[in-house]
Amino acid sequence: MSARFHRATAARQSKTAWSWRQAQLRAVAFQALLAAVVVIGAGYLISNAFENLEARRIASGFGFLWREAGFEIGETTFLSYTAADTYLKALTVGLLNTFRVASLAIVLSTTLGVLVGLARLSLNWLLAKIAAGYVEVMRNVPLVVQLFFWYAVITEGLPAPAEALNPLPGVFLSNRGLAFPVPASLAPISIDYPILSGFNFTGGGLLSPEFTALFLGLALYTAAFIAEIVRAGILAVERGQFEAAYSLGLNQRHVMRYIILPQALRVIVPPISSQYLNCTKNSSLAVAIGYPDLVSIANTTINQTGQAIEGITIIMLVYLTISLAISGFMNWYNWRFALRGTRS
Amino acid sequence: MTFIPDKAPPHPATVIDWLRARLFSNWSSSIATVAIVYLAWKILPPLVEWALIHAVWSPDNPSLCREAIGQGACWAFVADTYRFLLFGTFPAEQHWRPALTIGILLALYGISAGHLLGRFRLASVWLVGLAAIAILMWGGALGLSYVENERWGGLTLTLLLATFGIGLAFPLSILLALGRRSSIPLVRWLAITYIELIRGVPLISVLFMASVMLPLFMPAGISFDKLLRAQLAMILFAAAYLAEIVRGGLQAIPRQQEEAAQALGLSYWQRTCYVTLPQALRLAIPPLVNTFIGFFKDTSLVVIIGLFDFLTTIKVSLTEPAWTGFGVEAYLFAALGYFIFCYPMSRYGQALERRSAPGGGICALKKN
Repeated sequence: MSARFHRATAARQSKTAWSWRQAQLRAVAFQALLAAVVVIGAGYLISNAFENLEARRIASGFGFLWREAGFEIGETTFLSYTAADTYLKALTVGLLNTFRVASLAIVLSTTLGVLVGLARLSLNWLLAKIAAGYVEVMRNVPLVVQLFFWYAVITEGLPAPAEALNPLPGVFLSNRGLAFPVPASLAPISIDYPILSGFNFTGGGLLSPEFTALFLGLALYTAAFIAEIVRAGILAVERGQFEAAYSLGLNQRHVMRYIILPQALRVIVPPISSQYLNCTKNSSLAVAIGYPDLVSIANTTINQTGQAIEGITIIMLVYLTISLAISGFMNWYNWRFALRGTRS
Repeated sequence: MTFIPDKAPPHPATVIDWLRARLFSNWSSSIATVAIVYLAWKILPPLVEWALIHAVWSPDNPSLCREAIGQGACWAFVADTYRFLLFGTFPAEQHWRPALTIGILLALYGISAGHLLGRFRLASVWLVGLAAIAILMWGGALGLSYVENERWGGLTLTLLLATFGIGLAFPLSILLALGRRSSIPLVRWLAITYIELIRGVPLISVLFMASVMLPLFMPAGISFDKLLRAQLAMILFAAAYLAEIVRGGLQAIPRQQEEAAQALGLSYWQRTCYVTLPQALRLAIPPLVNTFIGFFKDTSLVVIIGLFDFLTTIKVSLTEPAWTGFGVEAYLFAALGYFIFCYPMSRYGQALERRSAPGGGICALKKN
């Protein structure tokens, strides 16, 4: 009996040992096979690409970046650019334009989103319903449609510069965009007002219809998502926390500042960071209404040079970098915040 | 202003009580109420006049629209082009085919949302439905004339892109989610790279990739048409997002489930197919509905690569001389079109979420 038992145990042991080795072997063999498939597949596609590029007489590589772009860009920020500049400079201008619209939209959408989120929690029935309606409409209509709509409102709905709306002194709203005064120098203080000359305004600051539509559309759209995050974050704080804080005799401002917001922010920050990411990625819809952001300039570059692979690689690398940077920053912020929360 | 009702509002006995509790509870609330009513008084009447009373509805005489600019909306645009907006350039005498397709798709959505059938019956109904749609749209069988897919368009194309996109992305996303949780390093790395790469870039760049880059990678002589390429891009894009949702579902399953299945001697695929995945997918249904809404909206991006979906047909109609300059009306109609589909879906998703929500802060507050 004992001998039989030992034999059985030994058999089991050898069996487990064998199957362990088998699983390991299987994993190694499977990985080798998978690697081979991936490498061969990629190699096949790349060799196709080289053949096709040769047939079309397109030189691969990023050398085209230093060639003359030869197209004008409607609006440039921070950099002066002419058609005689290189593709590299054109793409840089596009990237700066992306940053300009995305960062401004993030600021406005955060402000608006927090207000709408709080309004949805308001005891005032009208305010809560209006906020809820806003969120539903914004979230259930595609952003491209909203961008087209705002662009149509600005270019078709608003009057020509000669009859521009003048809501505030020095601010003009027309189908050429939004013209507003900017400080020309600080000492002595002088302000540069926009002046109508010919068919458009000169002087002051001018936001093009494309920029205004994209900025407005992005901010209003993102705000709806941020509002929902803010609302959920505050609701996620247990009611007992409010009651305990009030019973300690704190006033409402202190309850919010020291008890509720730190706890709510911990819930709010991670999803809001992904909304900021979405906002930046969504700014690529600029191409639909003709705002010269990175994607739309890369698209023009691809159409002119045929360097599709390089152009799309640039777009993807840039957005991946932005994504990683924003999520890195938000992780850092989140970590700092969580730490402070635990310390106090 | 009180941000959080520190007590839920009391159920009002009379209208006056209700008004006092919900509109005039304190001075800031009263100011807000008065301001909103004043703004509505200023904005709503001219808006109603523009959109309804002075609007032009009949498409017979486009010049009426020109005369009404500034006073009334031009809905005649929609009345004139609605067939194009629904069916694209599908041959006019065959319009019943895409119309039937839209009907079948809506019926399939309804059957799925209403939990009218069991899992296997539902799957077979979907298969039959999709096969019927393929025959209806392409034709070339059962005496239907062949229609090349360049002529598909309008709302039909939007629904098809969304349905087939999410339907085909789903199996891929399950594989990706399993891959991301795999113990085999290479599989895990490949899945992570794919998911993070796709989620890190905008959909437009993936669409561009499919429309200008993919042809370069194909051997000479083989080419997909534009629609297939766009559909492929949307599938690859949606799969990365769905994979994260499926992974979320898988992570929510207690580890003991996996361990118990292992103790029963089940293999990896048995454990996955019979134990963890069914539970994970049930948990993932509410976020899946939300992703589907997002995806449905995202189909409108094909306007950028020039596919004739609902939005593109509207944009193209605006280039007709009779209807140039009526963009505001056209895009309001487009917004309404998407809203009609997305809003019920989002309500459905919220209902599902509420049903499956665990106890906690939100529920504790709601119950009061």
